Amino acid sequence: MEDEPLNIVLFSGTEDRLQAAAVMASGAAALGRKVNIFLQYWGLEAFRKEKVSTSLGLAPEAGARGAALVAEAAAAGQQPWHATLRVAKELGEIDIQACSLSMDVLKIEEEDLDPLVDGVEGVTAFYLNAGDGHILFI
Amino acid sequence: MSSEQIAQVVDAKGLSCPMPIVKTAQAVKGLASGQLLEVLATDPGSTKDFAAWAKSTGNELVEQTVEGGVYRFVLRKK
Repeated sequence: MEDEPLNIVLFSGTEDRLQAAAVMASGAAALGRKVNIFLQYWGLEAFRKEKVSTSLGLAPEAGARGAALVAEAAAAGQQPWHATLRVAKELGEIDIQACSLSMDVLKIEEEDLDPLVDGVEGVTAFYLNAGDGHILFI
Repeated sequence: MSSEQIAQVVDAKGLSCPMPIVKTAQAVKGLASGQLLEVLATDPGSTKDFAAWAKSTGNELVEQTVEGGVYRFVLRKK
């Protein structure tokens, strides 16, 4: 299992879910596992250059109390999701690919995306690279 | 206590999961085989995470102690 990559389909674009994906990716990278991240829909939208560092909200279940606790963690120095991903990319092999269908639907061009994104691919390439590794859908 | 010399110390106090492990993995990359790394952390998941990381990567967890809410780990690079 440890030789197989961890594969994350990142569909969600809220900060908490992006952070959860970044945490899963960096943990796997620290263990020396390759990580493939496939960006779809709102997960892809969050990687637009002008959006990455902006406030992207939280999942609805956060509520007011959850939002206050997340804000408190950020104020205490917890790094944002994109910083977690950048550090993880320096540490290990993390390949982030945009789903070409989502690029079409959301009218996103490759140059609109943050440099964290390594390229664009279709679902077949994603499955090929995923091998027998786990696939997480976030 | 280990009488061997610690080659590097990583202060990960105040950092939340997974940053203590990420910083440890980064630091270990720069060490030579057999060298010791000391890590200080306050993340309550650290005890299980460091044991799991050592087991999975083959680096040795030589010592682990906790004092005043600070976890201290000494690892030997494989």
